[in-house]
Amino acid sequence: MSSSQQPAQAPAPVRLITAFGSPFAHRVEVALALKGVPYELVVEDLASKSELLLAHNPVHRSVPVLLHGGRAVCESLVIVEYVDEAFHHGAAPRILPTDPYDRATARFWAQFIADKCLKPLWLSMWTDGEAQARFARETKESLAVLDAQLDGKRFFGGDALGFVDLAACTLAHWLDVLEEVAGKRLVGDGEYPALRRWAKEYTSDETVRRFLPDRDELVAFFAANKERYTSMVRAAVQRQ
Amino acid sequence: MAGGGDKLKLLSTWFSPFGSRVQLALHLKGLSYEYVEEDLMNKSQLLLESNPVHKKVPVLFHRGKALCESMVIVDYIEEAFPDAGQPLLPSDPYKRAIARFWVAFMETKLVEPWMRMLDGTRTRAEMTEGVKQMLAAVATLEGALGQCSKGKPFFGGDSIGYVDVALGGLLVWVRASEVLLGVKFLDAARTPLLAAWSERFASLDAAKAALPDFGRVIKHAMMRRGAAAAVLAANN
Repeated sequence: MSSSQQPAQAPAPVRLITAFGSPFAHRVEVALALKGVPYELVVEDLASKSELLLAHNPVHRSVPVLLHGGRAVCESLVIVEYVDEAFHHGAAPRILPTDPYDRATARFWAQFIADKCLKPLWLSMWTDGEAQARFARETKESLAVLDAQLDGKRFFGGDALGFVDLAACTLAHWLDVLEEVAGKRLVGDGEYPALRRWAKEYTSDETVRRFLPDRDELVAFFAANKERYTSMVRAAVQRQ
Repeated sequence: MAGGGDKLKLLSTWFSPFGSRVQLALHLKGLSYEYVEEDLMNKSQLLLESNPVHKKVPVLFHRGKALCESMVIVDYIEEAFPDAGQPLLPSDPYKRAIARFWVAFMETKLVEPWMRMLDGTRTRAEMTEGVKQMLAAVATLEGALGQCSKGKPFFGGDSIGYVDVALGGLLVWVRASEVLLGVKFLDAARTPLLAAWSERFASLDAAKAALPDFGRVIKHAMMRRGAAAAVLAANN
């Protein structure tokens, strides 16, 4: 090696702790793929959590957890933002827009989706009676707002897939699985046409497609865990 | 749309902890702004048009656009005014991720249970559970402060950062809740780092400008509680 050449610094290894069926882990996998980041997948059995997971996410003990050179980043949308920043290079697509106002818009909608769609959606699936009706109503109202927000756009941010689409991924691939397993139909025929169209766009995207769990396996997985979700949600709702 | 050009305008209420977060960020950055007080009992056209999704304060107006959700606004201020005052977030992506993690934690584990308790319709059991959740969250944040500050005065280190703003905005309300609920959240024995941090934070010029008066907040909360209790009594 000539004295004027420097050896290239090997990039720090990237590992992603994940679990089958997690839409949150899916978000991170798509983000890593969009940035062209190679990584090792560590698949957890959430019924029997590993020391690795508990050590690196002691606060929530949940997946996904990104390990970059041994340092842990937790919370899927925090990880997505991290991936967008830490692994950005010239040719890679931006996950969050670059303009501050557009970024604020993306963050606003990601928060709306988390708080006003996904949370009541989950609760509506595993509850009954008055509580169920309340959560279903809240979810549907929020889906209507999202549908209006899409307003003929291909993706939430425009022509290219981005942060808000990742935030909403549950609605594209997991929603009807949940409806089937829970035996509760939230979305009626013909409802939320923009959202339906977006779901097709999202799930047929060439990057996203690689990281969508098999539908039949998802159904089997959620069905196997149905009782656990029901009792967890019942406890959570009682505490509210 | 109200407020074009580069002028900043903030729509908020004097008691909103979320508005305080935005005001903290603006003060720390040395940014001047017009403040407009909103009457939440009689919401203005301006509020309903600029935040149709949530109809809540704070809303920040800049260059003809409306920004909503307190920490989204703080991020915007940080990014739209990169040369103003000090950065609230470090430049290292990993440290930024840690800050975002703790703010996300704060929102779901501290703010959410607290907001649920404030609506005045909770049963005694629900209040007890809410307090328990808040105490657990504060205990975790005590650990977080130790990790993030590494012996320095703030979550952000030597100077105020993103997490300090997020928690600092809530400070007067946390203190008020201690009185209203009869529970010490920031306790020198149980959470010594946070207790010291809160004293330090409250003495900052930005805090004095952005946080409401403690006595006024107590009076306001008691009035609201009285109103809520009256509703509860009427319905039972």
